[in-house]
Amino acid sequence: MMDIVESGYQEIEHTADWALRVWAADIEALFVQAAAGMNHLSEITLDEKRVEREFEVQADDPEGLLVAFLSELLYFGEDENIGFDNYLVEIRGDKLYARTAGGQITGRKKEIKAVTFHNLAVRKTKRGFEVEIVFDV
Amino acid sequence: MISLQDLKRISEFEWEVPASYRKDMRVPVRIFATRRLLEAVLQDKSLDQAVNAASLPGLVGQVLVMPDMHQGYGFPIGGVAATRYPEGVISPGAIGYDINCGVRLLASRIDIQEAGDLLEDLAGALDHFCPSGVGVKGHLRLTGKEMDQVITQGASWAVKRGFGSQADLQRTEEFGSIDGANPNDISKRAKERGMPQLGTLGAGNHFIEVDVVDQVFNQEAAGVMGLREGLLVVQIHCGSRGFGHQICSDYVRDFQAAVQRYKIKLPDRELVCAPMDSPEGRAYISAMHGAANYAFANRQVLASYARRAFEETFAGRVENWHLHQVYDIAHNMGKIETHQIAGKAVEVCVHRKGATRAFGPGAPGLPPEYGQIGQPVLVPGSMGTASWVLTGTQESMSRSFGSTCHGAGRVMSRSQAKKTIQGSQLRSQLESQGIRIRAGSMPGLAEEAPQAYKDVDAVVETVSGAGIANKVARLRPVAVVKG
Repeated sequence: MMDIVESGYQEIEHTADWALRVWAADIEALFVQAAAGMNHLSEITLDEKRVEREFEVQADDPEGLLVAFLSELLYFGEDENIGFDNYLVEIRGDKLYARTAGGQITGRKKEIKAVTFHNLAVRKTKRGFEVEIVFDV
Repeated sequence: MISLQDLKRISEFEWEVPASYRKDMRVPVRIFATRRLLEAVLQDKSLDQAVNAASLPGLVGQVLVMPDMHQGYGFPIGGVAATRYPEGVISPGAIGYDINCGVRLLASRIDIQEAGDLLEDLAGALDHFCPSGVGVKGHLRLTGKEMDQVITQGASWAVKRGFGSQADLQRTEEFGSIDGANPNDISKRAKERGMPQLGTLGAGNHFIEVDVVDQVFNQEAAGVMGLREGLLVVQIHCGSRGFGHQICSDYVRDFQAAVQRYKIKLPDRELVCAPMDSPEGRAYISAMHGAANYAFANRQVLASYARRAFEETFAGRVENWHLHQVYDIAHNMGKIETHQIAGKAVEVCVHRKGATRAFGPGAPGLPPEYGQIGQPVLVPGSMGTASWVLTGTQESMSRSFGSTCHGAGRVMSRSQAKKTIQGSQLRSQLESQGIRIRAGSMPGLAEEAPQAYKDVDAVVETVSGAGIANKVARLRPVAVVKG
């Protein structure tokens, strides 16, 4: 699949929790795919009325930024009951700036407790970037 | 991946990965399992994760894994690791995101025959009174000041607010409140997440279950706990909700830098840790105690709701509908305890992630009535299968840092369960076995199907055979409420 599709995500087997393999041509697209994959795992549906949010997170490396970015999205889901399906992500140094659009969550079948650092490594590949993420559920 | 050839057989119920297996191991890994359970475990990465855990600085004795072990993240579920206090490390990932996830068992005086058709009403009442499900908020609205009181006082706060009695606290691990929790060591975001969620069950594998005492193995211990065959009991399985998740996330993030600062080399970033006598280590212990207190309070409030459900269903219909607490235990915790190591009393931090404290007779911290029989250990099975009440033993004290198993343990991945099991079919199947189901999500139900778990009876036979717990009673489910 990874040879023919430029970016995407795929659920991978994990005994107790959930894991995703994510790939994309550049690091920002990788983050966007990871967010889309996380929505897929929790099976969220959104209201049509659009809402937008902007935020920034900081971390020392791409893995830290990825965990911080996804954790922030989970927090919006829990605090404001908002989910997203559109993301503009920009990484500059140790900061990530995100502008996201979506809507009120109208359905969510699974709860993700946290994004883990378990064996987390953003790898450079021939076609771009790849990462495997384990979520605690 | 580790294979059977890498393991040394100690007995029918014990195996060892010697410290020589990998260069960075500081101690061996001791596995409590029969050969059959072990073969299931070798299908995933649990033992590789246990070997990784054996590299934590300051470990004493052995890293232990229980027969319900399965692959987690960083540290395996079913893992126990003790680090020397205070110079050894504490690792948030070796305790888990759901800090003080645990089980409370309440027992009634109602016989299953007496309950009859009212069980259907009881399932409905429990579902009505106990908020559950993804993103569901509770009936309570805490102020910031009250949240700080929950953090420092735990279940005592809930009792002061009218949720239960002193007798409940007496029969709770740590009497429902751990000292040393400072609200200043906890982020604003964690508190914001925790405030609306106190008194909620959550989703995933958390549940409230009504069981009947199916078989008693130790009449004396069962009698002390108020259990006899045929009685209805209630198990509440949940933890510290978003509050604990956020605290763990905050400290796993912050400890990424701490390991650099203290020059700690680890095979997995999820195992990040800090010395307990460092500012970072002290702050995490304080925050973790706050989350533990929140979880004790959470189960205390939910127990009160379960009591309302019993009253609503049975008042005026049976003579005595009251629920008394048997015990409340944590299975995701780091505890500072004193254990005998090579004949010496040593203060250690026992990390238990998916493992239950199992203190033997005469151990400190038990209510007087349990002093002779040992601490009750609550082992919920998978949905639709048996659960167990055990007690800790002298051997659990000397061989497993006073610890034993916590459940059945998964064998099938959630994605595989989702593909092969239909939630609605499963519900019909369980209902045909006389188990009433109230579930918020059918896919969620499918993921928790009995087929996705090991045989809890085999797990219990193993810890009992190994001597690290004694069987007291087996419970059979009659109603399950899940988020």
